[in-house]
Amino acid sequence: MTNLHINGVTHAVDADPAMPLLWALRDLLGLTGTKFGCGIGACGACTVHLNGQAVRSCITSIGDVGDQEITTIEGLSPDGTHPVQRAWVANNVPQCGYCQAGQIMQAVALLKDTPKPTDQQITDGMSGNVCRCGTYQRIRAAVKAAAESGA
Amino acid sequence: MTIENLSRRDILRGLGLGSGLVLGFHVGFRSLPAWAAPETQFAPNVYVSIEESGLVTIVAHRSEMGTGIKTGLPMVLADELDADWNRVKIVQADADIKYGDQNTDGSRSMRQFYQPLREAGAVARQLLEEAAARTWNVDPATCHAQNHAVVHEPTGRRLGFGDLVKVAADLPLPSADHMQLRFKPASARRYVGKPVPIVDLADIVRGRATYGIDVLVPGIKYVSIERCPVYGGRAKSFDSTDALAVPGVEKVIEIEATPIPSGFNPLGGIAVVASNTWAAQQGRDKLKIDWDFGPNAGYDTTAYRAELEARAKQPGRVVRGQGDVAAALQSTAHRVVADYFVPHYAHAPMEVPNAVAHVTSDHCDFWAPTQNPQAAKTLVAQVLGFDEDQVTLHVTLLGGGFGRKSKPDYVAEAALLSQKLGAPVKITWTRPDDIRHDYYHTICAQHLEAALDTEGRTTAWLHRTVFPPIEATFQPDVTHGSAGELQQGFTDMPYDIANVRCENGAAANHVRIGWYRSVFNIPHAFAVCSFADELAAAAGQDPLEYLRRLIGAPRHIDLRAMGVDYPNYGASLEVYPIDTGRLRGVLDLVAAKSGWGRKLPARQGRGIAAHRSFLTYVAVVAQVAVGNDGQVTVPRVDMAVDCGLVVNPDRVRAQMEGAAIMAVSNALYSNISAKQGRIEQGNFDDYPVARIDITPDTRVYLVDSDAAPAGVGEPGVPPTAPAICNAIYAATGKRIRSLPIDTGQLKAA
Repeated sequence: MTNLHINGVTHAVDADPAMPLLWALRDLLGLTGTKFGCGIGACGACTVHLNGQAVRSCITSIGDVGDQEITTIEGLSPDGTHPVQRAWVANNVPQCGYCQAGQIMQAVALLKDTPKPTDQQITDGMSGNVCRCGTYQRIRAAVKAAAESGA
Repeated sequence: MTIENLSRRDILRGLGLGSGLVLGFHVGFRSLPAWAAPETQFAPNVYVSIEESGLVTIVAHRSEMGTGIKTGLPMVLADELDADWNRVKIVQADADIKYGDQNTDGSRSMRQFYQPLREAGAVARQLLEEAAARTWNVDPATCHAQNHAVVHEPTGRRLGFGDLVKVAADLPLPSADHMQLRFKPASARRYVGKPVPIVDLADIVRGRATYGIDVLVPGIKYVSIERCPVYGGRAKSFDSTDALAVPGVEKVIEIEATPIPSGFNPLGGIAVVASNTWAAQQGRDKLKIDWDFGPNAGYDTTAYRAELEARAKQPGRVVRGQGDVAAALQSTAHRVVADYFVPHYAHAPMEVPNAVAHVTSDHCDFWAPTQNPQAAKTLVAQVLGFDEDQVTLHVTLLGGGFGRKSKPDYVAEAALLSQKLGAPVKITWTRPDDIRHDYYHTICAQHLEAALDTEGRTTAWLHRTVFPPIEATFQPDVTHGSAGELQQGFTDMPYDIANVRCENGAAANHVRIGWYRSVFNIPHAFAVCSFADELAAAAGQDPLEYLRRLIGAPRHIDLRAMGVDYPNYGASLEVYPIDTGRLRGVLDLVAAKSGWGRKLPARQGRGIAAHRSFLTYVAVVAQVAVGNDGQVTVPRVDMAVDCGLVVNPDRVRAQMEGAAIMAVSNALYSNISAKQGRIEQGNFDDYPVARIDITPDTRVYLVDSDAAPAGVGEPGVPPTAPAICNAIYAATGKRIRSLPIDTGQLKAA
């Protein structure tokens, strides 16, 4: 049994400690907001927070998580009103929307470390996340808007 | 169009519609299938209901893959109904032929359904107005719908939609043909033409939107499938001992390979069934399989490219001809020749192919992110040996499509395995599965020649294209493009040139070829828009000025009168002619907005291209900067778009912004290659796509138009890559004729 602290709740998971956190979240716990995209940490769709830091859950095994607090998109805010979520809505960022949970989690972590990012810092912080629909221009605008609103 | 008042019918159960006033609309088909012939029973296919609470429910019957169509089409109905958008609920339709065409491809949802949905809204509104008139015993002409209520103008009396449904539900309903439909004037539109957020926005940012991959069914088994690395191969034998030893793995099952061409059918392979996705993948890695690689084991894209290029130098089947190209090319003092190449691409939607199926002895429920619900349902019924009415397909949101999810092979895999297991299953492709077993964008070599006169005018145009056609994925021995494929930027070449010949050479396919966002327009617009720029350079003229002259006077090009088999994307040529005036219009607009002609620093340049596809006109100016190391950045892209009437301008802009990014991927990064029949790429590390670092400042200008609505999802892609390449020429003097761009040749001398 592995205990996982997710969005403020502790879950006991009966699985191989080598199982990536992504599949534990999705298949064992039904937390499907975190998406599968590549399986090798190359696209960012599966981004969650461990103690507030953005990690790729597809290459993070549950055995390595330990006591760290896991935050997924479902736990970012109770009602979708986190400033980054609000900025995403205000800028109409999503097209298909599939990668956006990962983009939002990445942006939240970026703004925590760098509350007023420059264009280059936004580029550096967000370039691990792929959006095949090509919403990057609006992602950049939303990150800036969230920064201005004091995310 | 026929209409039926369904308020008292039990047909409504299970549709997610409320009770009250419910209308079914049978909208037109391009060609009526047998079931829809007039003598058969009426089958409604667009639904709107209004409940006594006032809630309006509209069924969205096209698939939502990111274009915003699930919002856009209901906007049209709600606008004409004069409903309050905040009291409109939208439900996604299951797969059912009663909805008419659900195949969400070809950028045609708005084109095909704008008018039917507008009529549906008008009928519903007029029924409510009639109901109000009867209630008040006044002339219906004095009653007008206004924001979810009907108002009696002379007295100011008002009844909400919900208060009127009981009366309206019992009204006799004339057929639409006999009903005097009154449409709102453009000035009274509430939603059409205004930016409306997509209906799933709030769910998406909270991680609550349900894509196919998110569907959960109690007792579900998770599956990962090892497929033969070569198209057309099959397993001779396999050993599953080690796979079965992985904790969580329950079974290993073979799926029969489909003989090639495999069409929509599953490729076959060895499926590992487990209690979770990860265990299935772990087990799959431990399979030992002896493959018969089949007839495509020699496929090598380097050798194949050389073959295509050689073929393009030879005469091909003539599909368009005016004047005497041979004589003009022979007699000219100035002949320009160029060869272009575009490789295979993989769609790589962020959500990989996946499906959930639950098959019992006499029914199959399945959930899938599919662009093509009816084809998926038909295929599933076929592979299960069921009648179609034993199959229910629940269409989910799609995490991207781009044409990949028009093909339901992955859906049939889930159905077959659920039947074999007697349990619900979820199939999830890995990213390498997706990249290595795609229906690839074609691979295309082209040869162009032109004659210039002493003034630099183009007097002859020879264009040859050679590519494996999509039809070859479905029929054996197809080697030439169909009229529908060749119309895409090839036979519809819009320049005003006296002598024109378009030829198509034969090419056999060795992988599954499929529709990829904007399809054959990608290679053809790349060649045509690049060659126009080459001709300008050869003539020593400004590319914009030269392009204006090539496009020539405003006119409608009647290709059919020239003997060209020209389908016009399945649309009427009267409503959607090839209008060079509109092409010129977007060209002039983008030139004015982009700062064309203004000076740029060294190794920076602008390039221009204009192209009509999917009945929409797009002109692009790309601005590039080329580093001394040859690295290309694209700081700015300007796009002018004439797609006729714009329903949701914010989503049209979003589609153009995204198209620019996809074109950047196509131009700079993406390349699928094969060696020994195996695809060499497998994930985003070796199949790179554009990221935020290369993202241009993209500015979109929409032409204000009341012309019939045309395509939006695809037309932004084709002209953008050639605009980038033309900009590179302006910046460096180096001509790009092969994609993806080899930046090594762009290093400063």
